[in-house]
Amino acid sequence: MKISILVNEGPYTHQASDSAYQFAKAALEKGHEVFRVFFYNDGVNNGTRLTVPPQDDRNIQKNWSELAEKHKLDLVVCIAAAQRRGILDEGEAKRHGKGEGSANIAPGFRISGLGQLIEMGIESDRLVVFGD
Amino acid sequence: MAEPAKSPPAPPAKSTPKKFLYVNRRAPYGTIYALESLEVVLIGAAFDQHVALAFIDDGVFQLTKGQDTKSLGVKNFSPTFRALGDYGVTKFYVEKESMQERGLTLDDLQAVTYEDENDGFKEKPSIQVVSRSEMGAIMQQQDVLLNF
Repeated sequence: MKISILVNEGPYTHQASDSAYQFAKAALEKGHEVFRVFFYNDGVNNGTRLTVPPQDDRNIQKNWSELAEKHKLDLVVCIAAAQRRGILDEGEAKRHGKGEGSANIAPGFRISGLGQLIEMGIESDRLVVFGD
Repeated sequence: MAEPAKSPPAPPAKSTPKKFLYVNRRAPYGTIYALESLEVVLIGAAFDQHVALAFIDDGVFQLTKGQDTKSLGVKNFSPTFRALGDYGVTKFYVEKESMQERGLTLDDLQAVTYEDENDGFKEKPSIQVVSRSEMGAIMQQQDVLLNF
């Protein structure tokens, strides 16, 4: 089955991102296709490379980056939601004059528009939403 | 609320459009969910799919008339709902029980209308008050449910 996932909450405060990660992992292990994972609302905060959780805790952002690398997952952060919350890639950092080195998007994530979310709904057999 | 320049244009729609239902469950202010839901609706309307909105729980407050956010220092986005008809978004399902539980009646909601191009562009109400069980049936008919 072709599955897409929407993550609407940030890491740690809510269970949503953990659950979405576990769900994506389980679906891939069962041989399903994960068409795309889209991060919206505070969910965009899952895509920063700057978090430093305690060593005895899970690293949610790193989990996503590693899963993306292993399975060639498409992790997309909503540009409008990301700009509000200070998640930038190189291009956006430059465009908004935020200075060199201020891009903070995590490996495996890319920034794009909400059209990517609608496309997920159109292209996938199931769109599963994880939120509060 | 314009789509940033970086976003790609809408891909060509597939032959059979899907039914999208945006489920609005939260009050318009206090959190950003209602506003960011509306932003998805506006983008989604460009994709030639069937789009409808549902308002349940505190989400029914999103449609109340006379919203004044001046003292909150945030934008009053409630007029945007009235523009959705021009984008082909003409179905607003509002749950009766959620309204009753909050002491609201249809008179407390702003009028949202659209021009029916299949009926001589007659102006018709977009808001339909439905019961909880009817709302369940409406959800059952959808291809994609997005909850905010």
